Amino acid sequence: MKIRVDPHRCQGHARCYALSPELFSVDDYGQSSVIGDGTVPPELEEKAHLAIANCPESAIEELRNQRR
Amino acid sequence: MARATKPVGDWSQDFDVLDAGYIEDPYPIWDVLRTSCPIAHTERRGGAWMLTRYADVVEAAHDIGRFSSLEVGVINSDVQREPDDEALAQYGLPPISADPPLHTWTRRLILPWFSHKRVAGYEAMTRDLARRLIDGFLDTGNADAAVDYAQQIPVRVIAKILGVPESLSDTFTGWVRDMLEFADDPERNMRGQEGIGSYLLDEIGRRKVDPGDDLISELLRTNHEGKPLEDGLVLGMAALLMIAGIDTTWSSIGSSLWHLATHPADAARLVAEPGLMSSAVEELLRAYSPVTMARVVTADTEFAGCPMHNGDKLLMNFPAANRDPEAFERADEVILDRAINRHVAFGTGIHRCAGSNLARMELSVALQEWLRRIPTFRLAEGAELTWAGGQVRGPRVLLVAFP
Repeated sequence: MKIRVDPHRCQGHARCYALSPELFSVDDYGQSSVIGDGTVPPELEEKAHLAIANCPESAIEELRNQRR
Repeated sequence: MARATKPVGDWSQDFDVLDAGYIEDPYPIWDVLRTSCPIAHTERRGGAWMLTRYADVVEAAHDIGRFSSLEVGVINSDVQREPDDEALAQYGLPPISADPPLHTWTRRLILPWFSHKRVAGYEAMTRDLARRLIDGFLDTGNADAAVDYAQQIPVRVIAKILGVPESLSDTFTGWVRDMLEFADDPERNMRGQEGIGSYLLDEIGRRKVDPGDDLISELLRTNHEGKPLEDGLVLGMAALLMIAGIDTTWSSIGSSLWHLATHPADAARLVAEPGLMSSAVEELLRAYSPVTMARVVTADTEFAGCPMHNGDKLLMNFPAANRDPEAFERADEVILDRAINRHVAFGTGIHRCAGSNLARMELSVALQEWLRRIPTFRLAEGAELTWAGGQVRGPRVLLVAFP
């Protein structure tokens, strides 16, 4: 699983960071981004899905059909 | 607090957000409106539309071209006065009452003060404050959870950030209530505006001579496009932080304690499962969202089938949106471990509450410390319970008894 945060949609609610600080970081302006290249280790996939489902801006997306 | 108003017959065409019954129990009214007339209208208080569905509120909040933030007050202030260069009204309260580009750069100036990192730095003082407040009433077996606790916490944290004395907390609170809670009372509204305006202008003057490490001093050190910020702009921004920093989170803490006092199983569950606090805070924010914000329509348009005109006021009822069964399963139930909760208590879009990290920390710490010392409590028997509503909804008097 691989995810990304759309920087134009993100408004800094920081719900993703609260749910999974292992996957997201937030800068001083509230802008969230994925840590590393956004690859989600299997044990964090559930948290990633929760972050996607709880973002009030629907700013997090799962990248599909990514070649590893 | 609601003053006597003409009874509302048809909520779809004559709603009144200051109606006493609505303030106390808005939920059935929202349910009827969402299914019968989700965009309500009123001629009262200068006229306004009101959105009650989640999807409509989210769409309007993102449509900054059609819906401007130049007027965000849900109650029109009918105060007439001479223009005054230094009046609060002159500059508004940027960034909340601004559209881009003013909104964009003024918001960037304040956001770092409310980042996760900064907010973590305020946690110890918030916890210490909560503990001291509880020490003050623990032995008596009863407390006004609104006045003696909820109301006392956010004001002191924002005072610290602004570098103004904690000892004036009650004065600040009084001014903010005058502005928001009594927005329909011209005299009190003006008293609040002038109180905050003249106090902060004095503080701005003082910091020019003797700057500190507070937010007001930092704004005075800031240049935008090569020029220092005007005093009026600094005043507007500082006033916004004081107003928004005080009333909103206080209301959330109070509503949450009201919920726990009236739902002892939820209080017991939070005591037994402290790890639920984070999802519980989101759920309490959803179910008891305090803030409704307004927009002004920028051109004649149609929104969800409603013809709106340039200059019309539009209320984005975030609390109603957060109870919309189309957006939330079992929307009227508080489910402390609700896993999917895309609530908009802090708004959505470019005006997302800049202080949301701070509010969450304060609410979480206030509930943790309360439950640690007062795990079981109930509404005091026969005691009066007063809610305020309009722009910000929450209990103003909340007498509880324990153990």
